[in-house]
Amino acid sequence: MVKKIRFTRKTFGQIILQLVLIILAFIALFPFIWMISTSLKGSEEAFAYPPTLIPEVFHWENYKEAMEALPFPHAYWNSIKLAVIIVIGQVITSSMAGYALGKLQFRGHKVVFAGFIGVMMVPTTVTSIPLFIIMSRAGLVDTHLSIILMSVAYMPMGVFLCRQFIMGLPNDLMEAAIIDGAGFGRIFYKIILPLIKPALASLAIFSFMWNWNNFYTPLIFLNSEDKFTVPLLLNMFKGKYTVDWSLIMAASTIAVIPVLVVYLFAQKHIIEGIALTGTKA
Amino acid sequence: MKKKSLEVSRRRWGVVFILPQLISLICFGIIPIVIAFVLSFYEWNGFTIPEFIGIDNFITVLKDPDMWTAIKNTAVYTVIYVPCSIVLALLLAVVLNKVAGKLFYRAVFFLPQVVTSVGIAVVWSWIYQPQFGILNMILRFFGFEGKEWLRDPSTAMGAVIVMSIWWGLGYNIVLFLAGLQNVPAAYVEAAKIDGATSKDIFFHITVPLISPTTLLVTITTMIDAFQVFDQMFLLTSGGPVKSTYTIVLHIYQTAFSEFEMGEASTISLFLFVVIVAISALQFKLSNKWVHYGE
Repeated sequence: MVKKIRFTRKTFGQIILQLVLIILAFIALFPFIWMISTSLKGSEEAFAYPPTLIPEVFHWENYKEAMEALPFPHAYWNSIKLAVIIVIGQVITSSMAGYALGKLQFRGHKVVFAGFIGVMMVPTTVTSIPLFIIMSRAGLVDTHLSIILMSVAYMPMGVFLCRQFIMGLPNDLMEAAIIDGAGFGRIFYKIILPLIKPALASLAIFSFMWNWNNFYTPLIFLNSEDKFTVPLLLNMFKGKYTVDWSLIMAASTIAVIPVLVVYLFAQKHIIEGIALTGTKA
Repeated sequence: MKKKSLEVSRRRWGVVFILPQLISLICFGIIPIVIAFVLSFYEWNGFTIPEFIGIDNFITVLKDPDMWTAIKNTAVYTVIYVPCSIVLALLLAVVLNKVAGKLFYRAVFFLPQVVTSVGIAVVWSWIYQPQFGILNMILRFFGFEGKEWLRDPSTAMGAVIVMSIWWGLGYNIVLFLAGLQNVPAAYVEAAKIDGATSKDIFFHITVPLISPTTLLVTITTMIDAFQVFDQMFLLTSGGPVKSTYTIVLHIYQTAFSEFEMGEASTISLFLFVVIVAISALQFKLSNKWVHYGE
């Protein structure tokens, strides 16, 4: 009898918890639901009271208009280009540096490692001013090259992570390979890289998300519309069409939906990758 | 002899492998920091010849009322945002850890995190829109008077903070959920057998055992809060009447609108020192409340 009462109390509690969580989940998703809803409304319905969640008529032409207003496909191309080049560069060079610091331990490796840890503490705003000056001297402001140059082989957090992972690998494998006559370059390629693949995948996800969403760096280094990444173009769109909310929401949806779709399919890997990089670094 | 040549080869390869990141570290990390430090003693608009002015920049910066506004606003943002985000994330993580559908909710709460700040800010400025925004429409439905959330100095900061919490919560939930995996189920079971309530378990088992995660989350969230920029730049541009004007916004304005490169470097170094000091303080205080394993 007693047990039965406790059981029902427990299930009751679970039901309440689930209800609360569903409401919170709805709040978490609502801004995006509302964005899509508004993006499909005519300008009159977008401003109507009481508001409607599902538009009476679906105004798909909002999307066409938003696409014609500003070159979103081109911005997508810019974003993809920058992110892919930088991610590949960062992952390769970080794993190389991690190998050098974790296993090869050349002369002075401790000082170099301390350097990487040290710069992680420095806010990006501190370096952004001198970097802007350097890039403008080199005539590279308003080029993608400026952003690629300063990011493609520079990722202190990635170096740190790779060093931690590679240091944790047993030495026996390396020694066995040396006895078999393998050089240190070959060991990296044949032994180390396959073993740290999961960590590299996390690193790549983290790096991609960071570069894809980054607003501050492109804001400083890019000025012309044809160089803009997706976030910059969306910002410009908002400035241009201040009151045409259904168009602005259509543009936001264009800017946001591909990321959300990728997230829908890969959320488990993305979250676990972020958890790994977040908890280790 | 053979061993020695192996040693030489190892070091050589070490240098080869570190080189790309090391060169970048020097060119895009260390040299810029040195330049920033040197620049803070110069008056320079970025075009003419820099003029050495000693510590004048430090005086100008500290005398500038905008600097104090920025410090105050950044402090207010940090003091409200950090505890709210951490407590909410911890509570949600603990709840999620023991309900059905944990992975589903985790994915939902994390979702805003994958979207760029611009997307977030554009959608929220529509939600906060005074006449037709959904927030004021809901308030009107319940008979309340809506507000001009982003144009009223008394509500703008609050509006930005609410959006920031919503945006960043998922990241902290994920870190806390990872930390909770280190709380041994046996402890919780033992406490239950001894008659502990869920409240006892939360405060006396969960909270102490995940304190290393809490320290990590607190420090990273604080460092982010000190550097908040995107949200204010995009939602309010620091207004109205500078009520959301933060330090990084101040640096951005000084450097890229007024072209006072020396002064901007000085402010950025100030921010750097504050971040290092507060992180160090956190670590020091952590001896008192963080418990590491056995």
